[in-house]
Amino acid sequence: MELLSGGDIVVRALKDAGVKQIWGYPGGAALHIYDALFQQQDVQHILVRHEQAAVHAADGHSRSTGEVGAVLVTSGPGATNAITGIATAYMDSIPMVVISGQVPRDKIGGDAFQETDMVGISRPIVKHSFLVKDASEIAGIIAKAFYIAGTGRPGPVVVDIPKDVTAPNYRVPYEYPDKIKIRSYQPTTKGHPGQIKRAIKILLAAKRPVIYSGGGVVLGNASSQLTELAKLLNIPVTNTLMGLGAFPGTDRQFLGMLGMHGTYEANAAMHHADVILAVGARFDDRVTNTPSKFCPSAKIIHIDVDPTSISKIVAIDIPIVGPCDAVLQEMLDQIESASAKPDEAAITEWWTQIDEWRDRHGIYTQPRHEPSAGNIIKPQDVIKTLYKVTGGDAYVTSDVGQHQMFAAQYYLFDKPRRWINSGGLGTMGFGLPAAMGVQLAHPDAVVACVTGEGSIQMCIQELSTCSQYGLPVKIINLNNQALGMVRQWQDMQYSSRYSSSLYEDSLPDFVKLAEAYGHVGIRVTHFDELEEKMAECFSLKDRVVFMDINVDRSEHVYPMHIAPNGSMRDMWLSKTERT
Amino acid sequence: MRRILSVLMENEPGALSRVVGLFSQRGYNIDTLTVAPTEDQTLSRLTMTTHGNDKVIEQITKHLHKLIDVVKVVDLTEGPHIERELMLVKVKANDSQRAEIKRCVDIFRGQIVDVNANAYTLQVVGNSDKLDAFVQAIGGVDILELVRSGVSGLARGEKSLRL
Ligand SMILES: Cc1ncc(C[n+]2csc(CCOP(=O)(O)OP(=O)(O)O)c2C)c(N)n1
Ligand SMILES: [Mg+2]
Repeated sequence: MELLSGGDIVVRALKDAGVKQIWGYPGGAALHIYDALFQQQDVQHILVRHEQAAVHAADGHSRSTGEVGAVLVTSGPGATNAITGIATAYMDSIPMVVISGQVPRDKIGGDAFQETDMVGISRPIVKHSFLVKDASEIAGIIAKAFYIAGTGRPGPVVVDIPKDVTAPNYRVPYEYPDKIKIRSYQPTTKGHPGQIKRAIKILLAAKRPVIYSGGGVVLGNASSQLTELAKLLNIPVTNTLMGLGAFPGTDRQFLGMLGMHGTYEANAAMHHADVILAVGARFDDRVTNTPSKFCPSAKIIHIDVDPTSISKIVAIDIPIVGPCDAVLQEMLDQIESASAKPDEAAITEWWTQIDEWRDRHGIYTQPRHEPSAGNIIKPQDVIKTLYKVTGGDAYVTSDVGQHQMFAAQYYLFDKPRRWINSGGLGTMGFGLPAAMGVQLAHPDAVVACVTGEGSIQMCIQELSTCSQYGLPVKIINLNNQALGMVRQWQDMQYSSRYSSSLYEDSLPDFVKLAEAYGHVGIRVTHFDELEEKMAECFSLKDRVVFMDINVDRSEHVYPMHIAPNGSMRDMWLSKTERT
Repeated sequence: MRRILSVLMENEPGALSRVVGLFSQRGYNIDTLTVAPTEDQTLSRLTMTTHGNDKVIEQITKHLHKLIDVVKVVDLTEGPHIERELMLVKVKANDSQRAEIKRCVDIFRGQIVDVNANAYTLQVVGNSDKLDAFVQAIGGVDILELVRSGVSGLARGEKSLRL
């Protein structure tokens, strides 16, 4: 067997785990590993400008490809800078392995220079973590880390490696395990057939069924099964923020997103449903509104790979634990041989009701906002223009705020893994680095980052990384000169007292800023130039383009759940209209 | 309701902190906790008592299970089981009190495990209620210090928690 140093083993094990690109930032405790990276060609290292961005970029890679992302940071500040990214990935169940350097073994616990208890700090936001004790453990631990990160309910795994373990002068035999078995970890591979049978019985008897599908369908690669099931039974589908694209956004059966900023028809359909099939969704508080008032007449079937998601917030009538793709496939197979058929008359009537809701308050049937004109550009129109110019086929990453909700509402994703945003943690600063990760994984794809002038400044330094690695992402900055979502809440709940949500005159000139990094900056101030300039932006295929678009700062995101104490169907439809 | 959860887990550094962290992170209660390696040195057995309604206990059990280091979890209170806790109590024991203390210890089938001129150290083993009752019973004497091991337990009969 080949003898390798710990540093070489880290890199070789990464390669054997299938990693082609690793995002990171060097520092003392990781230098042996960096030296090993330098001396090989299989694993490319991408140097970001802040460790948070490394994690978001690996996250974007993972979300857009389904592969396990990889990150390398040093100890202490490198590790702590990675924390926000890890928490972001954890909340959205994104598979990733984060390798952190650690101080040498004999210094651990002594408050050494750049020592941080990384395993301890990251414990509540990882699926699992390892502290490596010897070079001979590295390959096995890295293999396990990738396996754990990518199977079951995915999530980030931290591997903390003391510097001396990677020292070049200590060599051990290298062997990457070809099969991984962990006696205390056996993710479910299929659903309980009896439960599935019960679920089908209820689903076929439903008169007002809705499919509520979440990020688990995207992560579990179950879109095609979900779509087939919905089509077969002619059931309306709503997606969570994390699930967008799991069912085609332009399909007639799609009701739009549900929840706090979901469509009226999606939320009303949920509220009045008699059967809800929840797939890979977790009844988040941004979905349910008041849990005790959630969908009063519905029997709920819940498919999820993670048993802790079941009956966590809302009591479930038929739980099915298992991977979404396998369970949905089993459902399809069982339905084919079932004698019962859906109640077509009832379903037709249900659709009539839904179409009536759509006509009454839908955001797709009629504009729910004032038209753009002159120098008033409505943010919704920016997203609609983006959709048009990119033919609805871009990878769209987003930051957090009003712009995120407008993107979720108005960019209709027909495919999974195209919509990439921080849903669970809501991390401002996610969009640009995530877009880099997507772009590097899909060099020829069109990648747009929808952002706000607040969020973009949280990871703006990554414009430099884009130059270094030639990542021609397109930044669509919906500049409303405010922390818009904060401002909206202040309008609605604090009598428009804009406590620290405005910047006075301190915003940078984003066009010049982009140019300073060697990129193209385009400013849009009038609606009639929007589409043309957007087209110009996307015609510059090899360039990073920063579009700074002045949008109407008074605009709010609607519909919006009425809270507290509201039910799913209780919504503000505009500043003055409510259900 | 009070529950006794028994957890078989990898005898790894950090495993215990994951269990304890889970409880503080999710706002669950730990009333007692004991942990030690089993006859198989690669495994630890952790017993904890906690309380909560059925929904909370179900979530706790599922979350424990989800921890990668955890091999198996059972709720001993779901069936017939044996539970034991050990208590050591150091009490002031002057001549006039010694006989009374001795009698009390005998009634509870405890032992006097250390003696000196002014104090006795008593050991009592049993379920938690019995230990509580003992503390009540010796209420008249001065307790200098008291330590309880926390509950350990096993299911009755042949049922066993193992790999
Ligand atoms: C790191 C972080 N800090 C604070 C928040 C709270 N927050 C949510 S939205 C928002 C405003 C975002 O402003 P901007 O990026 O300009 O987007 P807009 O709402 O104006 O479209 C803030 C501060 C957050 N989500 N993330
Ligand atoms: Mg803004």
